[in-house]
Amino acid sequence: MISQTFKEAVSAVWSMVVGLKVTGRNFLQPQITVHYPRQVVTNLDTYRGHIELVAKDEDPFKAKCILCGQCENNCPSGCITIESVTRETPAPPAPEPAPGEEAKPAPKPKKVKELTQFMLDYNLCSLCGLCVQHCPVDSLRFSTDVYLAGFSRGEFEFELLEMLQKRGKK
Amino acid sequence: MSHCEANALTGDTYTRRFDTGPAGDTLIVNMGPQHPSTHGVLRVIVELDGEYILRAEPVLGYVHRMHEKMGEVKSFTQYLPNMGRVDYLHALAWNWAYVGAVEKLGGVEVPERAQYLRVISTELNRISSHLVWWGAYLLDLGAFTPIMYAFDDREIILDLLQIITGSRLTYCYFRFGGVVADVTPAFVSGLTEFLARFKSRLPMYTDLVTNNVILRKRCEEIGVIDVDMARRYGATGPVLRGSGVAYDTRRAEPYGIYDRFDYEIPTFPEGDAMARYMVRMREMEESVKIIEQALAQMPEGEYLSAKAPKPAWKPGVGEAYFAVEGARGKIGAYVVSDGAKNPYRVKLRAPSYCNLSLFAELAQGVILADAVSIMGSLDLVIPEIDR
Repeated sequence: MISQTFKEAVSAVWSMVVGLKVTGRNFLQPQITVHYPRQVVTNLDTYRGHIELVAKDEDPFKAKCILCGQCENNCPSGCITIESVTRETPAPPAPEPAPGEEAKPAPKPKKVKELTQFMLDYNLCSLCGLCVQHCPVDSLRFSTDVYLAGFSRGEFEFELLEMLQKRGKK
Repeated sequence: MSHCEANALTGDTYTRRFDTGPAGDTLIVNMGPQHPSTHGVLRVIVELDGEYILRAEPVLGYVHRMHEKMGEVKSFTQYLPNMGRVDYLHALAWNWAYVGAVEKLGGVEVPERAQYLRVISTELNRISSHLVWWGAYLLDLGAFTPIMYAFDDREIILDLLQIITGSRLTYCYFRFGGVVADVTPAFVSGLTEFLARFKSRLPMYTDLVTNNVILRKRCEEIGVIDVDMARRYGATGPVLRGSGVAYDTRRAEPYGIYDRFDYEIPTFPEGDAMARYMVRMREMEESVKIIEQALAQMPEGEYLSAKAPKPAWKPGVGEAYFAVEGARGKIGAYVVSDGAKNPYRVKLRAPSYCNLSLFAELAQGVILADAVSIMGSLDLVIPEIDR
């Protein structure tokens, strides 16, 4: 009976010695904590943050967006609002009819829809990526910005077109 | 007549009859909603006689977010991000349950590669979920250091999952007909490295914690659930397997491609907190095995079917139920469609809900400190219970 208790006590103490060994080994390992803000993590290129517009290849101030509204309609939280204007480009002058031919009807003025505002209410966004996935012209992508902090909700209502143009200037 | 005799199931004395107060010199204490051991906002009303619990009654609903109702007002596709938020620890299993139900309803084919990607990501997520449970459970029991070791490993998993899903916790990775992104070479090399590391970490966990005498005293013969009781409350997952029933949805009703892998269903017959602890520790080993096999077998191909439904897709009239094995038990999604854009009804079966209902009966007559141990061993995720 006593020997049984003694055995139990020894094995109990031994289990703690084994645990201490693990702790001791780890104590000598280099530190793995990243001390923000003096250090930053390095794996942010795979992070998918809030969406941003992708510029046209030929014009860094214009988005590829064709205003199909897929992102706006598919967003589960309704955090995207697109504003656009329809501009009429003046019709090219009608070509002079060649002698002997009837005059062709004058070309109609072309109507072009232009993106004026792309609002993202990041407060509501759940980062599901449905907008990026379903954009037919790949005009949306994820940013890798994680260092977002602000004092009011308004600071997270992003105007993506403005942000695109700011990037274009750089 | 005690309330226990009146009703085989316990746990609604106070919420049913508000006039019931403490009897004799007992004391009614609220554990939670902001109690460190309730991990979230679970409130437990306990009636104490000294340090012994006469009755314990969980009160739910503090983080009810109407996920089921939201299914009725969003389109099938738009409901996807909700699934990552039902259970923040094993989000991908919920992803799979819903996506699986809708795919069954609409007859959507999933490409081979996507099936493997689903298995790899879900099993990785299961390991990370068990690691959080491990750390948090020991934290409840008063051991602070283990959670640091657990989070060290979990951090690598989150980084890996970030590569493919883009987020760290509330994943929205699965789509009808596949997944949203393919793996990268960095993911595969990182995963191989992690698996090798993790296999050497598991014996260290055993040395550090599992064999520790203090843990054993806090877990062994605490909160014994027999098979009958587990069945009565509908317990699933490690709670049921800790009572010796080898029931795992991956084996019992194989979904996806789980029938292609060679793995064990760990069971421990004791039914106490230690058995549930051991089941989860062994499950992490089995998940590693499954991931290794899946990684070796994964074929080339498309990760999202070319015929994957467009966002405005309607699956047609019908209903479908799909169950998957989550880290906490059987996750079920039941989707009814009347042919409209939105589901007619989405019913979600949360395993934690059933597992929690065991607590009222288990906690009767134990010391308050043991009740904390019992609650931790059930591995509760409160947002999943409330939904």
